[in-house]
Amino acid sequence: MAEQKNTTQKILKGKSFKFGDDISTDLIAPGRYFHLRSNLPELARHVLEDADTEFVRKVKQGDFVVAGRNFGLGSSREHAPIIIKLAGVGAVLAKSFARIFFRNSINIGLPVLICDTDKISENDELEIDLSKGIIRDITKNIELGFKALPDVMIKLLNDGGLVEHIIKNKGFNL
Amino acid sequence: MDKTISEKIISSHAGRDVYSGDIAVVDVDVVMAQDGTGPLAVSQLKKMGFEKVKNPAKSIFFIDHAAPSPRKELSNTHAVLRQYAENAGMVLSDVGEGVCHQILVENFASPGDIVIGADSHTCTSGALGAFSTGMGSTDIAVGFALAKTWLMVPQTIKVNFNNIPSKGVYAKDLIIYLIGKITAEGATYKTLEFSGSFTKNMTIDDRFTISNMAVEAGAKAGLFESDEITKRFLKSQGRGNDFKEVFADKNASYEQVIDIDCSMLEPIISMPYTVDNVCSVSKIEKIKIDQVLIGTCTNGRLADLKIASDILKGKKVNKNVRLIVVPASKKVYLEALKEGIIEALIESGAAIQSPGCGPCVGVHQGILGDGEACLSTQNRNFKGRMGNPDSFIYLSSPATAAYSAIKGYISDVREIL
Repeated sequence: MAEQKNTTQKILKGKSFKFGDDISTDLIAPGRYFHLRSNLPELARHVLEDADTEFVRKVKQGDFVVAGRNFGLGSSREHAPIIIKLAGVGAVLAKSFARIFFRNSINIGLPVLICDTDKISENDELEIDLSKGIIRDITKNIELGFKALPDVMIKLLNDGGLVEHIIKNKGFNL
Repeated sequence: MDKTISEKIISSHAGRDVYSGDIAVVDVDVVMAQDGTGPLAVSQLKKMGFEKVKNPAKSIFFIDHAAPSPRKELSNTHAVLRQYAENAGMVLSDVGEGVCHQILVENFASPGDIVIGADSHTCTSGALGAFSTGMGSTDIAVGFALAKTWLMVPQTIKVNFNNIPSKGVYAKDLIIYLIGKITAEGATYKTLEFSGSFTKNMTIDDRFTISNMAVEAGAKAGLFESDEITKRFLKSQGRGNDFKEVFADKNASYEQVIDIDCSMLEPIISMPYTVDNVCSVSKIEKIKIDQVLIGTCTNGRLADLKIASDILKGKKVNKNVRLIVVPASKKVYLEALKEGIIEALIESGAAIQSPGCGPCVGVHQGILGDGEACLSTQNRNFKGRMGNPDSFIYLSSPATAAYSAIKGYISDVREIL
């Protein structure tokens, strides 16, 4: 898994893959692949398979998952954000996120952005400036804002995730 | 300033007064992971250089999701947990012991505690008045290592369950009704605090069912005040000394208050593929079922199995239905055996499985075929949840499940009560 240092200062570019509301962790990392949790690259070949069977084949490094409300509801399995990141996804954009998924994503360094995703269409070219808080839809020539993360989460992201934060500070320093 | 239950418990673990919206690093009393999330926690612990955990007596690995193991890959990850637990002096709850959340309430979680677990249904222990919440493997690894975590103090929604429900309506119907009303994200980031006159008439098992499903409304925790019912339960588990009074202050500030008149409710189900897609049983078309599951961390306790066996005793499960029953823990299983509950269920045609999560997580012990429908007492009906995205899961109370198993389609249990 690639380290993402200074995540909040990065500019991300890629295409949009649209998903609906209530994309559960069962759709992201299906229970029938439970035995693959010890083999994350293999599990990542099935990411979001039950929501869009073509997604894994089509997604390219840096592309974006763009969804509706309550993305990541359900189980606490951190494997869900991990395999989204492993599949090359640069960020997940949604109208809202389930709590545990959101926290897990920050811990493992996957940017999760809350914005009005209705304005973005499938296959739109997007450019995201994390430090300025701007999403540019190049295809539509519009700009969207996203909700700022709490300070503690920015700190964790900047340290490269929770594990790196704990190693660096020999404990919590929030 | 007066506090909610969450604000009181988090303040006591942060060493200062905190209120909703504050961020606090807190001491945690109990930390756990299960076999689906534990192996990743072990790799994160090793990455941080921790071979030991801070509080081994209350750090637990549960092998319950794939127990006994159906595949060699899972047997190998089980071995990782057993070895780490042994080296670190942690508690290991192995095959046959039961579902993590049930064993937490039997043996570990106490009123006033902060409990964190790498499983979303860790909110179950909220029924005892513990601030208990689910997190991912990395947060839990840090919790094991330091016996600390960080929390944003949640706002609280107070839910008053008032009046006695009519016959055929159970705790499961109440919580499914609430989730239908506020939606699957209606309590995201928030605590649900359960109160109202009926909570004083509930069994502790009812409370576990309700707290268990708090997360299905997105909630961080689902809390009850501790009282005589809590005390009696802890005593029955040989833990009377762990009782502590936990209650909200009189003028605590709530984000909203929801009043539910339980006497007006009917038996209710969740339809595929979200828990908030609810419908009264009296209003549904005929829905044929291929499998019924009674068990899980939601409804696999003694009171649940008793309700099911009272309905199934002397009757036969429909020939087109497989009835699978999974007691939530070894203790529940043994008590159900003593009371003749298991015998009645087997005689009716049920297949009894070893305590654990089994079919609910889609790993083994009852995966559905293409196009099949299951009525289950579990807490989730997401697409693919039970191992097959081409199948359908409906959620109900144990009573509705048991009666429907006899009929072969989802049926109104009030017909026989």
